[in-house]
Amino acid sequence: MRYFADWIIENLEFTRAIPSEYVYLIIMVVGGLLLLLFVVPMAGALTFVERRVAGKMQSRIGPNRVGPQGIFQFVADGVKLILKEDIIPTAADRRLFKLAPYIVFVGSFLTFAALPFSQKLIAADLNIGILYIFAVSSMVVVGIIMSGWASNNNLSLLGGMRSAAQIISYEVPQILSVLAVILLTGTLGMQGTIKAQGWAPQHWFLFHNPFAFIAFFVFFISAVAECNRIPFDIPEAESELVSGYNTEYSGFRFGLFFLAEFANVYVISAVAVTLFLGGWNTPFYLPTGIWGLLPSAVNLAGLITFLIKTFVLVFVCMWLRWTLPRLRVDQLMTVGWKYMVPIAFFNLVGTAVWMLVWGDKSIAALLGG
Amino acid sequence: MPEFRTEEMVLNMGPQHPSTHGVMRFVVHTDGEVMRVAKPDVGYLHRSIEKIAEKLKYPQFMPFTDRIDYLAAMNCNMGYAMTVEKLAGIEVPPRAEYIRVIASELNRIASHLISVGVMGLELGAVTPFLHAIRERETINDLMEELCGARLTYNYIRIGGVAQDLPAGFAEKTIEFLDHFVPAVDEYNRLLSYNKIFVKRMADVAVISAENAVDYGLVGPNLRASGVKWDLRRDEPYSVYPQFEFDIPVGTGEKGQVGDCYDRYMLRIREMVESSRIIKQCLAAVPDGPVQTKLPASLKVPEGEAYVRTESVRGELGYYVISDGSDKPYRLRIRTGSFSAMSIVELTSRGLMIADLVALIGSLDVVAPEIDR
Amino acid sequence: MEPAAIHEELKSRFGDAVMEFREGNGDPFIVVNGSHLLEIAAYLKEAQGLHFDSLMCLSSVDYGENYAVVYHLYSMQHKRRVVLKVYVEKADPRITSVQSVWKAANWHEREAYDLMGIRFEGHPDLSRILLPEDWPGHPLRKDYVFPEEYDGIPCHRE
Repeated sequence: MRYFADWIIENLEFTRAIPSEYVYLIIMVVGGLLLLLFVVPMAGALTFVERRVAGKMQSRIGPNRVGPQGIFQFVADGVKLILKEDIIPTAADRRLFKLAPYIVFVGSFLTFAALPFSQKLIAADLNIGILYIFAVSSMVVVGIIMSGWASNNNLSLLGGMRSAAQIISYEVPQILSVLAVILLTGTLGMQGTIKAQGWAPQHWFLFHNPFAFIAFFVFFISAVAECNRIPFDIPEAESELVSGYNTEYSGFRFGLFFLAEFANVYVISAVAVTLFLGGWNTPFYLPTGIWGLLPSAVNLAGLITFLIKTFVLVFVCMWLRWTLPRLRVDQLMTVGWKYMVPIAFFNLVGTAVWMLVWGDKSIAALLGG
Repeated sequence: MPEFRTEEMVLNMGPQHPSTHGVMRFVVHTDGEVMRVAKPDVGYLHRSIEKIAEKLKYPQFMPFTDRIDYLAAMNCNMGYAMTVEKLAGIEVPPRAEYIRVIASELNRIASHLISVGVMGLELGAVTPFLHAIRERETINDLMEELCGARLTYNYIRIGGVAQDLPAGFAEKTIEFLDHFVPAVDEYNRLLSYNKIFVKRMADVAVISAENAVDYGLVGPNLRASGVKWDLRRDEPYSVYPQFEFDIPVGTGEKGQVGDCYDRYMLRIREMVESSRIIKQCLAAVPDGPVQTKLPASLKVPEGEAYVRTESVRGELGYYVISDGSDKPYRLRIRTGSFSAMSIVELTSRGLMIADLVALIGSLDVVAPEIDR
Repeated sequence: MEPAAIHEELKSRFGDAVMEFREGNGDPFIVVNGSHLLEIAAYLKEAQGLHFDSLMCLSSVDYGENYAVVYHLYSMQHKRRVVLKVYVEKADPRITSVQSVWKAANWHEREAYDLMGIRFEGHPDLSRILLPEDWPGHPLRKDYVFPEEYDGIPCHRE
């Protein structure tokens, strides 16, 4: 985006009259709106896809009535949710109750600002992109605890507490496994991380060295846990806590929780693709100048590559969800602290040793000479 | 430093709750995630079937037995019919006995399918449930052919069954069983041996054999505690003695004897055993009438009888007192879910909240059967 | 050991507390005096050669002139059953609880209390189990009149 704004200020005459801060501001707002226009329908469509995938796995059909193959089911659901009565329990803490879903949604939406889509398509290529993503996505847990507390419902409260314990526990192995990648690249920027990889699988960090390979799985499992999805969906464990922290929510507010959940699935998949699976790298190289932006075929190829990889991971999340039972809360903690954290530490040290011995050479580079 | 005060949290699970199998309530006293105790509160589905029985003639009560345990209506029909037959001294034609066994065992498979499927659902695995439902659908179709109903059959009557087997029923049933028995292995691979599933079920909510007998646990729940006890074998009735089948008992294969996993796995094994019974039974059905001629108004001689049968949820006992008229003077129904529910309070101590769901699921209680 | 023999044995041990042995159509049963019920129950469960370890069913019956509580016992070891029947007077229906002998009796006695109004003395938590706490009357009694309304909810269909 920054790139685009600079180009506008440099090349378009009429913008000279306006102070450049305003131009940046306008561009930022427009960029934000564009992202929202991407996130909301994408998350909505994911709900539809998830239901159809679930249907396939469960030898049934799934929604197929609204529009061709039921593709507009999520639109109908969205409209229904918005039209529904917004119920706030009498005993609830009204202000917190109303605020919580926004915090959850904003927390997951903000991460999109630093998510790359293609070579040039990124809202803000921060030099601390990874750090930023983990920082803002941690805000989600604040919203979840808030909703659990404000609902004034024991089930919600338990859900909120479970969620807090879970997200905090799994953030540790998640970030430790990311550290291994940061060691390899020496950058915290998302684009920088992608550029350090190549288009071919042997240049991905996934296959860079054995430690990075393990790190990917540690990262992905922790990330699934952070998303509160099966097998780690104990905060909303339907059969125990009805729906956990969002039990009391209805209508639009419930919709926001739902949207945030699916947006989160996309985010963790996109981050995993960025860090381990080569991101948008394609065999083509990019022409220089502004025309390297959206219209360029290379950029489009990058976008498509990135989205395909991401949605494959999203599918894996769905696959897990419709296959596995859920863990119990103490087992979840056991997995987190007794297995994931030590493995992540081991990886970190292992990567450091690898770099000490072979520098940043990957296995492929060592084998290929 | 200020002193922290902690208090017990009282969590009301139910009457409307996703894992209560109908309508019942648990008052759960918890300390965080660990339960001090869970007290079951039942009666939300009480319809006073025992009182209704006193107002109805003997054959008229049969449709109500369907509603005692809607997942095993055939078995409930059979128990009631046998009780009245014992008191009134009615002979059942042999063909009808075989058909009764076929129908009840098919119903047993259908009910166990729901039970094991729901077990997965309770632990968050939705897919196995729908796979189980798919198999059950075939049984429902068979039942529909047999008696026109898919859930509340009212098929077994006093003195026989409502109508003969329809044409092609045996072939269709065997076709289903040939598909079903291998499908159980598939089901095991999907759910039963799943690592997470085993972790959630093994060593959880162990019920010892002494407690099981003392609390009057029956059927699969009792057998899972290691007590080899099956009325079909130990107090034989109908034509069961002629068939060869095993009685699975809990072995503690993944944990201790009498844990949730044993109770779950036992039902899986019982489905296979039921398939064996049905196959033998279909091969041996004799020709003949399926219904004894009964007087227009059935008067049962004075006396009383307690007859129990191995229903899906274990011993289903009917205690009928007759005063010689055409209506029961008193009818008492003893069900497996009722006693299973009474052990929850004891077993729940010290479990986690999530284990309560596993416990209820593994006990396979059906709310209308508790409340009648 | 047949029910008649069990009756003989009980009779010799408990004397007048064990009353007649009735046989007829269906199951035979032993009539027992309520005053010694607990000892008889404990004896039936513990004694050598009896081992009635399982309480199959506990029922309550309204016989018009009095109530009765019926215990269907089963010995899993010896595979035999026995039926005890205790008559309870109508004016003040009270009987000793046997839940200390068979835990299964706990809920069955609560049910009998709830639906028939028989009080079980020594029961740890004798409260209504199926009906609401404030339900009027005990529905399985023969003289029970169904209420017109409960808490303002009409109980009869128009």
